[in-house]
Amino acid sequence: MAKISLTVDGAKVSDDVEPRTTLVQYLREKLGKTGTVVGCDTSNCGACTVHLDGTSVKSCNVLAVQVDGASVTTIEGLAKDGQLHPVQESFRNCHGLQCGYCTPGMIMQSVALLEENPDPTEEEIRLGLEGNLCRCTGYQNIVKAVQEAAGTRAGASTAGAVAEEMDS
Amino acid sequence: MTTTQDRPAVAKEIGQERRRKEDQRLITGRTRWTDNIVLPGMLHMAMVRSPFAHAKITSIDKSAAEASPNVVSVLTGADLGESQGVLINAWAITTDQVTPTHLPCPIDKVSFAGEIVAVVVARTQAEARDAAELVDVEYEELPAALDLKKSANDEVLAHPDLGTNKSAFWKFDSLEAGTGSSIDEAIEKARTDGVVIEREYRQQRLIPAFMEPRSTVVDPTGEQITMWSATQVPHILRFALAATTGVSESKIRVIAPDVGGGFGGKLQTTPEEWLTFAIANRLGKPVKFTETRSESLMVAHHGRDQWQKLTLAADKEGNVLGLKVDLLADLGAYVSLVGGGVPVLGAFMFNAIYKFPAYQFNCQTVLTNKTWTDAYRGAGRPEATFGIERMMSELAAELDMDPLELREKNWIKHEEFPFTTVAGLEYDTGNYEAATALAREMFGYDDLRAEQKRRRDAGDKVQLGIGISTFTEMCGLAPSRVLGQLNYGAGGWEHASVRMLATGKVEVVTGASAHGQGHETAFSQIVADRLGVAFDDVEVLHGDTQIAHKGLDTYGSRSLVVGGEALVKAADKVVEKAKPVAAHLLEASVDDIEFEGGRFTVRGTDQGLAIGEIAAAMFSAHDYPEGMEPSLDSEATFDPVNFNYPHGTHLCAMEVDTETGAVKMRKYVCVDDIGTVINPLIVSGQIHGGLVQGIAQALWEEAVYDDAGTLVSGSFVDYLLPTAADTMNYEIDHTSTPSITNTLGTKGVGEAGTIASTPAVVNAVVDAVRHLGVNDIQMPCTPERVWKAVNGVGAGGEASTEGAAAAHFDPATGMEGTTDRTTGGTQA
Repeated sequence: MAKISLTVDGAKVSDDVEPRTTLVQYLREKLGKTGTVVGCDTSNCGACTVHLDGTSVKSCNVLAVQVDGASVTTIEGLAKDGQLHPVQESFRNCHGLQCGYCTPGMIMQSVALLEENPDPTEEEIRLGLEGNLCRCTGYQNIVKAVQEAAGTRAGASTAGAVAEEMDS
Repeated sequence: MTTTQDRPAVAKEIGQERRRKEDQRLITGRTRWTDNIVLPGMLHMAMVRSPFAHAKITSIDKSAAEASPNVVSVLTGADLGESQGVLINAWAITTDQVTPTHLPCPIDKVSFAGEIVAVVVARTQAEARDAAELVDVEYEELPAALDLKKSANDEVLAHPDLGTNKSAFWKFDSLEAGTGSSIDEAIEKARTDGVVIEREYRQQRLIPAFMEPRSTVVDPTGEQITMWSATQVPHILRFALAATTGVSESKIRVIAPDVGGGFGGKLQTTPEEWLTFAIANRLGKPVKFTETRSESLMVAHHGRDQWQKLTLAADKEGNVLGLKVDLLADLGAYVSLVGGGVPVLGAFMFNAIYKFPAYQFNCQTVLTNKTWTDAYRGAGRPEATFGIERMMSELAAELDMDPLELREKNWIKHEEFPFTTVAGLEYDTGNYEAATALAREMFGYDDLRAEQKRRRDAGDKVQLGIGISTFTEMCGLAPSRVLGQLNYGAGGWEHASVRMLATGKVEVVTGASAHGQGHETAFSQIVADRLGVAFDDVEVLHGDTQIAHKGLDTYGSRSLVVGGEALVKAADKVVEKAKPVAAHLLEASVDDIEFEGGRFTVRGTDQGLAIGEIAAAMFSAHDYPEGMEPSLDSEATFDPVNFNYPHGTHLCAMEVDTETGAVKMRKYVCVDDIGTVINPLIVSGQIHGGLVQGIAQALWEEAVYDDAGTLVSGSFVDYLLPTAADTMNYEIDHTSTPSITNTLGTKGVGEAGTIASTPAVVNAVVDAVRHLGVNDIQMPCTPERVWKAVNGVGAGGEASTEGAAAAHFDPATGMEGTTDRTTGGTQA
């Protein structure tokens, strides 16, 4: 067992974990953060995407012991004070989800994508989401949702909210 | 154009792009997937699976696994015996169908790679998986029946005790059925003074690949044994568990909580569910099993997998005279829940929208030592639509006619509806001319044809092809009496109830079981209009057999056209019950009561009561008519009289690089007639997603086995699910001829995109290189196959996925660490 301490969705947590525990296992099984899901075993699908110190990672591909001292944001910590993140809002508005299983990862990756490139072209969005699989939507409304969020981000108020999330 | 009767006078919600009620939870991670469920003392299972496609189990040594930390039990098929139950086939397509017994955990023999031979139960999932590695199973390998055509000839037997691989032969003949003339005469006549097109097409094996791996939790600690499962069919699951385990149906509760996609892949009763149920009961503790993605791709049922021999007869002017279909369909190792019924669902659809005077459909289902097959989005109709739409384009090419004009010459004209087809179905409504005209305009058909000609004349290395698919399908499964005639084991009705709560809220209970379709939203829209209540005041409940006690679940594009109509009927009963109460409270005659927009009013006065006020009055029940029960709650069971027939015109432009074989989609336009649209936003999502699954069959996806019967495309590294970067934006629109077999005028949309798109894409690829002597490229149309076809070195109908079936990581094959797959070539 190894002791880790970290911040998850703004809360400080500390646990003993088996060294082989993946971050997603830790989130789901130890912390009950079941909003983050597992969709494959080869790191292809991206359903488990979270932010690790502000960067998107596939949490099935990170060991819990590697995140000691780090800050992790999951889909459950994206909305602040009951206020949805602009990307969450745009996914709903553009019907960017159906069954919703890929959605946590897809939203977390989209947030990271827009943080790196606030004004992406359609091709840049499609390439930026290439590591996240969706079987329901055919991606069209997901791409639209990211485009809409990018437009929204141009507004001063929401841009601040995004920056704040990335800092947390 | 036909109109429907009896629509609500005020339709405020139907047709609105309501944002989904489901989404708030899903976008914030507040979800209830089966794998999220944790119960006190819950144990975890891991499966020991056969690495061989066909083998005798000679011994199983459990001792090391049993000694592994925190292992509670290790169980084999012999240990479980009859307590494990048996898996059923609900549709024996013939009375003499050969159906192998399907035990969840077989005792002495395995029949496909991945079949369960032992189950390990431990305190954690990781410990169960660790211990599963320690179970030592000895096998005696047997020859495996793998190739569909060879298996159909009984060269190697998948189940030697059955004596044959041939499961059932199913035939429809229009002369025998009295729906048309002789196919043999039609073909003979065409051979002498017309045209006969003969082709053989391969429908490759696909994997549904829903995003949420299957998971089951069983809690045996209550009076009812509760099963949570990632299933499309909680009601069918409960029935089948009761029927095969001896546990009373009333003691079983099945819950389908949030379910992450299905596409037919979760229209199944599975060995994993049966074993979780049996072992939880045996141990008296809650037990969970969640599969890995690799397990899911390997053993959750596959789809398609047919060889299609097609003979189309026509006269020299392009009028079709007859169609003969000879199918071989691979069932895999067992006859699954729907099983051979899947190709039979295509039996009525090969004739499609065309007026064939003669038609014959022959289907042989075949057992092999591969993963079992069953429904995958479209189930039988994509295969049929592919066959006929490819053939119509081949006929047009043969006669040097425009493929759209050839189709129009042969399709049912809009004034001919309702039309009884040569397969015996009555299409209620449709307008193929209108959908095609709009699609043609959106596509810029004439301009693209002109560009194609220019590029051909110039000998461009990148050629342009235009593909067409003017499809229809039968959905809304289904009229119970018809299903009975087909020997299907269940009916096709759907149930709904409407509960009027004291506070004015409305609870709607449906037997449909959504897994991404947006029922909560669309059904709320329907009920809001019907009862004149607010959209937000309607709560839709589903997916729990203790709440929705009756239902036949969600598949076959049936939820709206069957389940939605049950809802309408239940809501109408509420209104009928409320009328005399309104009359009583308003001191008026029932005959003078009118209902509109949620209010009951006395004709000619301004007196009235809202439906919520009447619900409140019925709750207190202080003052209501004599002889009436104090309740407005109502239920209805709707059994459709006919299938439902959406149709549409899909046009696809593909660019094909003749030097590299790379293909790139240039444009895709579709106009679907799905009758009345309840929510255009949800419809767009269904079409987009459906299109991509159909396009993926044409270009990318294939379940590939090696010659030992091992699935070599058993992970997302090898099975090419398209990504955002492989796809593009598709242009969709609608024409509308409302259905007249349900009062809302709706038609199914869940499978339409998948059914239509595959032949449109392949027709476009072939059209791009037809002038180079190509008339077929086998799916998926990888660059390798396209290149070979262009260069005249095969890759027509008979080519297999080259290389992928070779030893996977063997440097000798030159494919160390690589797989045979295309990058798609459609970087948007």
